[in-house]
Amino acid sequence: MTDAAGTFAGSPSEKWKGFTPIQYLVCLKGILQREWLRYLSQKERFVSSLVRPLLWLFIFAAGFRQVLGVSIIPPYETYVLYEVYITPGLCGMILLFSGMQSSLSMVYDREMGNMRILLVSPFPRWYLLVAKLLAGVAVSLLQVYAFLAIAWFWDVKAPVVGYLLILPALFFSGLMLGALGMLLSSLVKQLENFAGIMNFVIFPMYFASSALYPLWRVQEASPLLYQICLLNPFTYAVELIRFAFYGRIEWTSLIVVLAVTLALLGGAILAYNPARGLTVRKQDMGGNQ
Amino acid sequence: MKLQSRLTETSKNEERAAPAALELASVSYNYGQRKALDNISFSIEPSRFTVLLGLNGAGKTTLFSLVSHLFSPRTGRIRVFGQDINRNSGPALRRLGIVFQARTLDLDLSVRQNLLYHAALHGIGTRVARQRIDELLQSIDMTDRIEEKVRGLSGGQIRRVEIIRALLHRPSLLLLDEATVGLDIKSRATILKDIRALVQQQGISVLWATHLIDEVGQADQVLVLDQGRLVADGQVSTILSETGTETINQAFSKLTGIADLNVRGGRT
Repeated sequence: MTDAAGTFAGSPSEKWKGFTPIQYLVCLKGILQREWLRYLSQKERFVSSLVRPLLWLFIFAAGFRQVLGVSIIPPYETYVLYEVYITPGLCGMILLFSGMQSSLSMVYDREMGNMRILLVSPFPRWYLLVAKLLAGVAVSLLQVYAFLAIAWFWDVKAPVVGYLLILPALFFSGLMLGALGMLLSSLVKQLENFAGIMNFVIFPMYFASSALYPLWRVQEASPLLYQICLLNPFTYAVELIRFAFYGRIEWTSLIVVLAVTLALLGGAILAYNPARGLTVRKQDMGGNQ
Repeated sequence: MKLQSRLTETSKNEERAAPAALELASVSYNYGQRKALDNISFSIEPSRFTVLLGLNGAGKTTLFSLVSHLFSPRTGRIRVFGQDINRNSGPALRRLGIVFQARTLDLDLSVRQNLLYHAALHGIGTRVARQRIDELLQSIDMTDRIEEKVRGLSGGQIRRVEIIRALLHRPSLLLLDEATVGLDIKSRATILKDIRALVQQQGISVLWATHLIDEVGQADQVLVLDQGRLVADGQVSTILSETGTETINQAFSKLTGIADLNVRGGRT
């Protein structure tokens, strides 16, 4: 096991000036590439990520189209089909589930050991976690566009340029939801606990938002629920995407999404402790060190 | 019982000139209320093969997790070639190559993809990484498996790829945690021989954690860990003379109390 290119060991007195920006990019590319390759090798993950929103679009929206009328509200300038209304919400749903799934895999990797390889890299830990987050967002963007392509053939269409304009909105929303998942994975001690938290996070976030019904309708039905929707960052992610489809920036949503992303990401990095899962296992096992 | 072998004056002088490959000073770690490591201090000289010997549960993996910065010690200090692992983790981790006890290759990716990923995590570009991967795989006769998914490899092959991966960024100190567990005798012997060759030919330092006493060589530095405490630190000959035993097997039994347990349990 020798290396013809030279010795393995550098000189102990060698001064190291840190990584160059190019090396940071090499690291980011490697993490993105791995996430991409893993995604491609798990075809069922791709299919299942599309089935959920498509069921909502094909069945739920078709059924509720007759029940729920949507009046003309910004950014729409005319009456729109209910399918068109919920499409931004379904994009958000994909990002939400994808963000949580990435976090679930982080908990799994932490327990199974794959995460250790990432964390023993000499790059700063915050950078590695951000890179991991970006990799998850990149995969979820692919899922969203695959969903939108299928929806297009279902005659759910937005202005063509809107498909390009939503990219930054999807990216920032994906970051926020991925950061939320990362924070949860930082706080969760064991894999078994994560499923419960997902139920307490994903469904309340999705239903208590503007994804399925306009906020004015929520306000009419329940002022309390309306206030909850306003406190829900997912609402702002959906609205950011909705307005971006029509080439408009919803500034309040953008500011909220960016601020929440920074707060969650900062919290996740500070809270991340690779020892967490292992420590609990050791305590449970009562001694195998 | 704690044994401390004395370094010669010559090696002391050398140590002053070059920092120890690994140095632990008063390191302790707890899992909740339970003490996993208790005031551990030792140092490993550069270009030496050092065996960390201990039964399951002795604290070897915890020690590895601390050295690799996965855990932070409650008390004490860890230095890798003079770099504090907690204060200067980047420079310290850059000098470390680590093979964990648990398998950490991605089973769904190919050998090449796994190795390229690791290279990227050390800032090594694709072109250089490919060259190093080819050279290292050639040295273990696994070039033909490069595009194969890890899932299709045997346990011994997976372990050897993990060792290759740990060497890819040319570390100065290689940590191997129970690297031969679960392997057949031939694979164990090959891996051990290859790692010893690295020390002799490349000057790399190795910390080899194991519970298998037959992996200890006569010229090795040995650290014996028992229930979170370091109970012996020195060359085999020193440990034998200080325990008054004839073989490392006997010395280990005496140091860890296995002999007493066997007698009490009615076993030989």
